[in-house]
Amino acid sequence: MTANNNADRQYVMETRDLDIYYGSFKAVTGVNMKIERNAITAIIGPSGCGKSTLLRAFNRMNELYAGTSIKGQVLFDGEDIYAPQIDPVEVRYRIGMVFQKPNPFPKSIYENIAWTARIHGYRGKMDELVENSLRQAALWDEVKDKLGQSGLSLSGGQQQRLCIARAISIKPEVILMDEPASALDPIATLKIEELMQELKKNYTIVIVTHNMQQAARASDYTAMMMLADRETRSGTVIEFDDTKVIFTNPKDKRTEDYVTGRFG
Amino acid sequence: MKEKAVVQGFANNLDARNRRGVLWHVLFQASTVVGIVALIALMLNIINSAFGYVAYEARVDPDTLAVDGTPIQDQSKDQLVALIHSTLSSGAYNKLDNEKPFADRSLEEVYQLVVERIVRPKVVEVWNLWPSLTQADAIRATVARDHPDAELDFVSWLTTDFVTRPQTSEPLTAGVRTAILGSLWTILFTILLAFPIGVGAAIYLEEYASDNWLNRIIQTNINNLAGVPSIIYGILGLAIFVRALEPLTSGKIFGLVNLTSENGRTVLSAGLTLGLLVLPIIIINAQEAIRAVPRSLRNASFGVGATKWQTVWSHVLPTAMPGILTGTILAISRAIGETAPLVVVGASTAISFDPNSPFSKFTTLPIQIYQWTSRPQDEFRSLAAASILVLLVLLLSLNASAVLLRNRFSRRF
Repeated sequence: MTANNNADRQYVMETRDLDIYYGSFKAVTGVNMKIERNAITAIIGPSGCGKSTLLRAFNRMNELYAGTSIKGQVLFDGEDIYAPQIDPVEVRYRIGMVFQKPNPFPKSIYENIAWTARIHGYRGKMDELVENSLRQAALWDEVKDKLGQSGLSLSGGQQQRLCIARAISIKPEVILMDEPASALDPIATLKIEELMQELKKNYTIVIVTHNMQQAARASDYTAMMMLADRETRSGTVIEFDDTKVIFTNPKDKRTEDYVTGRFG
Repeated sequence: MKEKAVVQGFANNLDARNRRGVLWHVLFQASTVVGIVALIALMLNIINSAFGYVAYEARVDPDTLAVDGTPIQDQSKDQLVALIHSTLSSGAYNKLDNEKPFADRSLEEVYQLVVERIVRPKVVEVWNLWPSLTQADAIRATVARDHPDAELDFVSWLTTDFVTRPQTSEPLTAGVRTAILGSLWTILFTILLAFPIGVGAAIYLEEYASDNWLNRIIQTNINNLAGVPSIIYGILGLAIFVRALEPLTSGKIFGLVNLTSENGRTVLSAGLTLGLLVLPIIIINAQEAIRAVPRSLRNASFGVGATKWQTVWSHVLPTAMPGILTGTILAISRAIGETAPLVVVGASTAISFDPNSPFSKFTTLPIQIYQWTSRPQDEFRSLAAASILVLLVLLLSLNASAVLLRNRFSRRF
């Protein structure tokens, strides 16, 4: 299942027959998808079908949950990130993540970004890096006078943008977003979506969302996930295509039912 | 409000539910009251013993010490020094002179010395605070009848002198400086051993240890160790620190052979024993605190490519620190009040010199209290009461400083 037929070098990530297990329970089955560079790929689907599990497998965050394992491959620039010689810390450095619930560090706004840069050995001008990251996350104007305040003192939407600023401060190649706007009001959500369009120029984004309008509005490609069958309760990608195709002319009946609201 | 129409299958039981609520409310309040009453009774009991009338007689009549009709309280410093020189043995005199040359002592101090060493007042009877307040006349009459030579004074056993004087066998001049310093030295080594090892073990068990049978056994055993009676730790300390590690705990391998403690019954042994005793408590509390750090914070850190150690050091530990310190405060409070293990390890009951190194012999406040309460004379019970007050103050001030430290950590953000 590939989104289009262009040359391979445009794809930054690829999964091959990816199965994800929680202990002996197979949560996700047989995922094959390619993530295009500088595009936004959305993963949609009903609750409990393994969207977040799949996303976490893209930067090995799933390993922090006890008992998880995978079969198959996740390629990043053609290299399997689950290969034994690959350090998961390096993977997460190059493939950043923004979480569902805003989770700034309990430190100052400045330190949230400075600490992140410091642990990766950043030796440049810290003030500049902080300002640039906050500007890119469209947060600078709102916080430039209170950089010393706690990151937790910001509103939910601001906190989430701080988390995005933190993620992009270390220049990852891919940013994974796990329902980044689900805890936010419509205005904050809109800001995050505008921000994603801006970030797309420099980064590749994979976003999990419950909100179909959001996927339709903001993404270039959409992967539709659903439980493969009722018995095993294992999720899989049933259709992956241009967002326009998914929302206007899906090939799979289940996708059509879901995006038109007849299935929930 | 109009009563809700009865719905099939539901009963209007709001009154019964409220009555039950009130019943539990009263029960919980009663338990709190019982606790407070017990605490007040304890404090009143201690205070009752720590103040009151004392009748005492001089072992040597001060009148016999008068020179040319001048009573000792009016004599000059030189006369008093001469008196000390002629009365005490030359060894005792030289010892006093070495502690602080007589030339440097004030008249007041020399007079005190004469009273302590030559007149040597002896307690004949003591009264508690309550009878002293309510039956002062009867007490005076009793003293006048039974001990015509005795003087009667209302004393507070807890004075600054009591805190600063070393231990002696004379109740009127005994103090707890030795015991306070012993307690502080001991607790210092307890903290030095138990805090880093306890927090380190907690970090390992929570962050690094995998969930296998060996680690589960270790975890279960740590939980059980927290409930082992303290005297057993005393026996352990005796076997390991006092006996097996004697060259270390007596300071021999450092070339510090102290004639007063050629064996391992030192401050160091006591501190390490109490350290072992509170180690499980610190580990368990630190584990709880580390476990309470939200997963979202760890995710945030790992999500930006931090290593496990960077995550633990920069986020998990600072967030868990208030909880870890709360557990440590509890553990230290327990250690400072422990008596039984120190008796086994070999606390000295009667030493009058201050501990000044890890290899000193020692006594601690609870040991001192235990020893005084076991004496038959009433005056020692008053001393014990005063020591208990000192112990409580010491405990509260140690805890207060730990609480301040904790608040500094929790106020950061």
